[in-house]
Amino acid sequence: MKNEFKVIADLIERDKKVLDVGCADGTLMKFLIDNKNTNIRGLEISKEKVQECIAKGLTVIEGNAEKDLKQFPDKSFDYVVLSQTLQAFLNPELVLNELLRVGKRAIVTIPNFGYWKIRFHLLLRGTMPITKTLPDEWYNTPNLHMCTIKDFVHFVKSKKIKIFKSLALNNLNTSLINDANLGIKNLFADLGIFLIEK
Amino acid sequence: MNFEKKIKTLIVKKPLKLDCGKTIKDYPIAYETYGSLNQNKDNAILVFHALTGDQFVTGLNPITNKEGWWSYAVGPNKAIDTNKYFVICSNVIGGCMGSYGPSHKDPNTDNAFGINFPVITINDMVNAQFNLLDFFGIDKLFSIAGGSMGGMQVLQFISNFPDKSKTVIPIATTSSHSAQNIAFNELGRQAITADSNWKDGNYSFNNINPGKGLAVARMAAHITYLSKKGLQEKFGRKLQEREDFKFGFDADFQIESYLRYQGSVFVDRFDANSYLYITRAMDYFDLAKQFNDNLSNAFKATKAKFFIISFTSDWLYPTQENKDIVIALNAIGADVGFVEIKSDKGHDSFLLDVPDFLSALKNFLDKSYKKNKI
Repeated sequence: MKNEFKVIADLIERDKKVLDVGCADGTLMKFLIDNKNTNIRGLEISKEKVQECIAKGLTVIEGNAEKDLKQFPDKSFDYVVLSQTLQAFLNPELVLNELLRVGKRAIVTIPNFGYWKIRFHLLLRGTMPITKTLPDEWYNTPNLHMCTIKDFVHFVKSKKIKIFKSLALNNLNTSLINDANLGIKNLFADLGIFLIEK
Repeated sequence: MNFEKKIKTLIVKKPLKLDCGKTIKDYPIAYETYGSLNQNKDNAILVFHALTGDQFVTGLNPITNKEGWWSYAVGPNKAIDTNKYFVICSNVIGGCMGSYGPSHKDPNTDNAFGINFPVITINDMVNAQFNLLDFFGIDKLFSIAGGSMGGMQVLQFISNFPDKSKTVIPIATTSSHSAQNIAFNELGRQAITADSNWKDGNYSFNNINPGKGLAVARMAAHITYLSKKGLQEKFGRKLQEREDFKFGFDADFQIESYLRYQGSVFVDRFDANSYLYITRAMDYFDLAKQFNDNLSNAFKATKAKFFIISFTSDWLYPTQENKDIVIALNAIGADVGFVEIKSDKGHDSFLLDVPDFLSALKNFLDKSYKKNKI
């Protein structure tokens, strides 16, 4: 399992109610049930992935986060998780607001466009960067709104969203992000993980 | 063997007050079972049939000598695995396969009830079927499942008896019959009552009956069970055993011949008055209305795990109407899963060999049953 999921799971206490938005094949859901006794639901747009979740005995709703989050009442989950998909929405701001409405807290992870390999790729090769976390070509990527860790931090602060914890991931290394090291982390982390609340 | 010997019947002694105000008692419920009830009596699944279904879910129907209506889904090693589960299904009241209905003899006149039979509702149907639990000594069902009108019964059942099933599977259904649904049913009823053999319901099922009207009702309804794409692919403009048009009103097109066939085989097994009664019950169905127009309240008392399934090409009970049930359940934090299955087979998809549907159904049941055991 991805290190990212272990880090997300560490942010969630036992016996909580969680919604995994874009739960894919349910790997994180299964991990949280097995290790944190989580009462968890998934929302997933792909019919194939929904079938995979059902085969694992997971409770998943086929749906689109941009349209279908509105059916959940305010603060009906302790945590809402969104892993590496914020950049793929037409309106990430709207989705982020919905996550924070439905969940008491949200855990959002973003692939960091400020990662040094990405910067070098563009600088030296002059073509759109392709990395492990961003494997697609410019013409077939689902990503519409790429951002850097710094962009995301600035954005949530401007929206008066509270950041409880910011973590930088680089392969297996996890470290805390703070105001002092933001520039460095923005260069050396390929993934940012944020625990936020509004 | 005659009709009666092939049909198992439970005579319900307990009076049942119907929504129309009348009370019935000592009435028959015809049922069938598949698989066996285990010692803990925790493996029972109550299946509800749709408008023209009956208690013969799978295998050979001894009355029609055709395959049971849900043979693709129910049976040994199938989605609803009868090696594992004990499946019960009963004919709805108002029906014509042995349960109390308009073709039953009216003790006061010695003729069939006809339209003197009380008008029944989906609520009445499930209240009558609830007696089967006592009969089999089952305290709690493992699951309730059904498509179309069967799905309406599923929703009504869990609303009436919130702690009587662990899992709940409404398929290709709605919580409230739409104007379009009512319109199609009314078309069918008008076709029946316009048949001069209907005689205000006073005909004999086995002799002269409003077969033509019933056949037209079936033909119209059958179109609503298929999708435009499915029809086009299967029939297109193909002609029926002829090179060119006959320039008359015979069945030139294959689709015409197919519909006529569907109509003709239906009248052999179905009672026109039952068709009136059951379509009426569907039209009256509006679960939210029973709870001050708040559908969520229908499910507030249950802790059951829901799994709702719709089909992309179903325009009779479209995905959105199924999703409305999901939304109502999410609004109260119920345990609900939902999947829309891709299929060109229209509303009938739930009755047909649609692998994604059958595997989803199987996986949901088997995983829930396993979890339940731990």
